[in-house]
Amino acid sequence: MSGNAAIELKNITKTFGPIVANKDVCLTVNRGEILSILGENGSGKTTLMNMISGIYFPDHGQIFIDGEEVVIRSPKDAFDYKIGMIHQHFKLVDVFSATENIILGLEQKGKFNLKEAAAEVKKISEKYGFDIDPLKKIHEMSVSEKQTVEIIKVLYRGADILILDEPTAVLTPQETQKLFAILRRMRDDGKAIIIITHKLHEVLSLSDRVSVLRKGEYIGTVNTFETNEAELTEMMVGKKISLNIDRSEPVKPEERLVVSELNCINREGIKVLNNVSFTAYSGEILGIAGIAGSGQRELLEAIAGLQSLNEGSIMYHDPKTGKEENLRNKTPLQIRDLGVRLSFVPEDRLGMGLVGSMDIIDNMMLRSYRKGKSMFLERKAPKDLAKKIIEDLGVVTPGATTPVRQLSGGNVQKVLVGREISAAPTVLMAAYPVRGLDINSSYVIYNLLNEQKEHGTAVIFVGEDLDVLIELCDRILVIGSGSVAGIVDARSTTKEEIGLLMTKSKTEEKEGA
Amino acid sequence: MKNNEIKHSEPLFHISKRADIVWWKAWLVRLGAIVLALFVSAVLTVVLTGENPLDVFSSLIKGAIGTNRRIWVLFQNTAMLLCVALAVTPAFKMKFWNIGAEGQALIGAMATAAVMIKLTDVLPPMLLIPTMLVASIAAGALWGLIPALFKAKWNTNETLFTLMMNYIAIQIVSYFSGEWAVPKGSGKIGIINGTNYEGWLPAIGGKNYLLNIIIVAVITIGMYVYLKYSKQGYEISVVGESQNTARYIGINVKKVIIRTMIISGALCGLAGFLLVAGTDHTVTRDTIAGRGFTAIMVSWLAKFNPLYMVLTSLLIVFMERGAIQISTSCGLNNSFSEIITGIIIFFIIGCEFFLNYQIKFREKEGK
Repeated sequence: MSGNAAIELKNITKTFGPIVANKDVCLTVNRGEILSILGENGSGKTTLMNMISGIYFPDHGQIFIDGEEVVIRSPKDAFDYKIGMIHQHFKLVDVFSATENIILGLEQKGKFNLKEAAAEVKKISEKYGFDIDPLKKIHEMSVSEKQTVEIIKVLYRGADILILDEPTAVLTPQETQKLFAILRRMRDDGKAIIIITHKLHEVLSLSDRVSVLRKGEYIGTVNTFETNEAELTEMMVGKKISLNIDRSEPVKPEERLVVSELNCINREGIKVLNNVSFTAYSGEILGIAGIAGSGQRELLEAIAGLQSLNEGSIMYHDPKTGKEENLRNKTPLQIRDLGVRLSFVPEDRLGMGLVGSMDIIDNMMLRSYRKGKSMFLERKAPKDLAKKIIEDLGVVTPGATTPVRQLSGGNVQKVLVGREISAAPTVLMAAYPVRGLDINSSYVIYNLLNEQKEHGTAVIFVGEDLDVLIELCDRILVIGSGSVAGIVDARSTTKEEIGLLMTKSKTEEKEGA
Repeated sequence: MKNNEIKHSEPLFHISKRADIVWWKAWLVRLGAIVLALFVSAVLTVVLTGENPLDVFSSLIKGAIGTNRRIWVLFQNTAMLLCVALAVTPAFKMKFWNIGAEGQALIGAMATAAVMIKLTDVLPPMLLIPTMLVASIAAGALWGLIPALFKAKWNTNETLFTLMMNYIAIQIVSYFSGEWAVPKGSGKIGIINGTNYEGWLPAIGGKNYLLNIIIVAVITIGMYVYLKYSKQGYEISVVGESQNTARYIGINVKKVIIRTMIISGALCGLAGFLLVAGTDHTVTRDTIAGRGFTAIMVSWLAKFNPLYMVLTSLLIVFMERGAIQISTSCGLNNSFSEIITGIIIFFIIGCEFFLNYQIKFREKEGK
């Protein structure tokens, strides 16, 4: 056992019913080190960390802290061992200030001394280079600021083993760089840092060592300076795969969807779309980039007829008849009755695109059940379609009558995308279609989108991984706080340019206010 | 040092969700629950009355199926409970918590009785029963429609709304019980058309309840087909699972809510009609006798499958009838049968927990 191991896991196993989330996982993190835990979705990274932070209890195995065996039964135990976890989904009280959130839940005698606490927060911020106003309310903060509060919260409690679960998922490239600088400073201060991620380039640029998990099993640990992307991918996926997306030139692009000056105010009275205008052409993939929650969902739902608009028009150019139709404020049914073949893969697959408790056949029927005059359902055609999709897309399922909820994320998505594509769409919108998917499934989806593009479909792709957007799309629309910050050519742009555009509208807004 | 005190602190057992359970195991668990329920009831009876537990069980079975007449009553009661359960099912499948079946059925019963009282002399005999039928269905449908409209328009809470509608129905019946009391001042409507049997459902082959049972059997199959094979049934499932998905594929959610509640209310009204025209020939505040609530349990236990509901309703009525017999033969009042019914239902519902979850005990130390 090395002398400075802050935390060591031995043969940790955790099962949920028949599912083995972790199997005999061994890990060591030293003080003054950043360890990345790399693995695809569902490989058991978060489960493992939850056992260290006291949320789950392992079935087997031992945990050592500073060489001594410990039992961590609750998050409070974890705190006592100075372990702090920063979750992917923040756990903050919106109407409280940063300081109030930080001291919330601390057992102290007597009155809270907010002033003292704020001073302490300030001290921690200065030490590591955080940029935070201790008195600012959470609801006024950006995502990156909220994350900062979460990190300070665990530091304030004296944590010296920090676990960050996918911390960069919600950040722009610039914010990510800032976070990494802070993490390096903490490392140099002697803290042990574990970062969970599935982004390879982040692993390579930040961590000292990488531990890889695959399907709950521990594959191995390598030193970052001795490895490369290809080797890590192979460890993660179990076989060599090529990470290139073929991008063809758009053939005969024609205007398909002309969106102009969309304005939308949601129920809370917030302007979620602000003068959004763009054109989607046939035979191209238009990417939409932006920080999560910048109006992407509202934009796609407005086009699909699910979100009413205050102003603007959505003109659809029918490739067959050459006619123009305004889709604004029409219901999905009216849009279909116009002969518009608009397919939509929504972000919330099981909550909007599919019905989780229904089987694959009944889910196929969602789009087509109205066909025919009979009051009864016709299950033959959907059954054939289900079989075809299972075969063509390689959906792993016990059968066509399995409830889709029981399928893995990648297979659920194949079912949904397969159904939406089967309608031979002229416009295909996909919101975060590869979120939560493993690498292989992600590439199946990219290829399907590419195929649609080659068929002359206007594809609109909302993505979060900028590397993928740049490789896959023809043009990228950057959206920030509900307005279009810019539309760039994907072949010539850089991540930095898109990152700047993502935050541009935000700073403008602040100056204007 | 610190290790030793916390080493054995793993919880004694923990509860985890079951992935799946084989059907025969599931039925074994349910059977076990019933056996356990009977055992507890027997112990309770023995402690309270000193009777031999075997006698207790034999009175349970005798009470339910001891005589020809009791068998008919068993089936009639099952049919009535099943009818209300079938009525609430589409609403529950849509996740519209209709706990107003009691009121919807009662107002249907009231409408039936009102037609019998007021129109027997006016209408030609041929038209009396059809008018009663239409009136009961319309009244039940209206009672279902009102909360549905409010839900669709203003998103009111349907649980409270349907519950309150029950009290309105009960008070209406109370009012007319005084107004149309026979004899005057008794506060009871009494048997309607007791001399000429106008508006009474005919006996088939000399069996009084057979027509009711046949009608409910037809509704059972109809509801099964409606939910499983019709487009409207499909829409109900989609709306129930996710209103977002329903909107996404262009289902008019409000329309489905209103349509489904009209169906639910109408079937409740029909149950009221069957109770008044088929068996009771009168209406009181207790005509529905809590079936509106028991029906929810019947529907839920059967996982909203109309065919399984035949079994669950039969089971519950069997136990109820048996429990009544136990109290009678032990010389106890009605409350005792309710206690036993309560115990039995508690175990039947409780066993669902073991179907969905399993308990894992701590493994032995020092393996």
